[in-house]
Amino acid sequence: MTPAGVLAAGAASGDLFVAQNVFFGVIALVMIVSAIRCVTTRNVVHAALWLVLVLAGAAAQFILLGSEFVAVTQVLVYIGAIIVLFLFGIMLTKASMGDDDSVAGEKRLMAGLVAVLLAVVMGIALVDSYSDTRVVIDEPQRFAAVSDAIFSQYIVAFEAVSVLLLAALIGAIVVARKE
Amino acid sequence: MILNQFLLLAAILFCIGVYGVLARRNGIMVLMSVEIILNSVNINLVAFGAFRDHVAGEVFALFVIAVAAAEVGIGLAIVLLIYRNRRSIDLTEADLLKG
Repeated sequence: MTPAGVLAAGAASGDLFVAQNVFFGVIALVMIVSAIRCVTTRNVVHAALWLVLVLAGAAAQFILLGSEFVAVTQVLVYIGAIIVLFLFGIMLTKASMGDDDSVAGEKRLMAGLVAVLLAVVMGIALVDSYSDTRVVIDEPQRFAAVSDAIFSQYIVAFEAVSVLLLAALIGAIVVARKE
Repeated sequence: MILNQFLLLAAILFCIGVYGVLARRNGIMVLMSVEIILNSVNINLVAFGAFRDHVAGEVFALFVIAVAAAEVGIGLAIVLLIYRNRRSIDLTEADLLKG
């Protein structure tokens, strides 16, 4: 099924976007289950691999929203670089053991309480604010429009990010270097 | 598609990330949970960008990805340093600044 076909079908059936909604549901379910497994699993390497599923799902959601460039960047930077960095960090710290349950019980209860409360508050706020606002994707976002915006309107932020990355690079080397 | 489905997904992911940050004691796991949080923010940004039909959402999602990369680099360096000094990355033991 081509994206163009999906878009055309959606436009023809009065912005119902059935195929997109089905894909959204499947991907969202995978993302939520993976995220829960990621934060609860005892094995840190498994957690990193569950995180890959969450990040890939986010990339798929970006494609559904018509912004391929962010999706490609997500795959390159997150799945390509950051996960590898995490795996190296796990390797260097020999952190394969998970948390022990001795002290963690109460902490987990409180954290779960905070998370559920936050979810309820945000859910109510979102349902109240955007209950039937529709997002209509006429055409995928062009690379050219994004790059035009980055290199004209947001050039200062772009340069600041490049300086930030350089500072982070030097900082990471200085912090992690052996004396 | 309804805008809310993306926003609610992002909210749920955000809460899962918050749970991870609060509940886990392993430094690397906390960093991973922060990544989940940043990803949920990115979904929000891109969804609103598509809703408004404006590139700002995507541009700032890209900036968030870049800043997240820097954050993970520094964060893992700090975790590595903690491990080198204490032979453990349990964050509850890293309480030197606690009065």
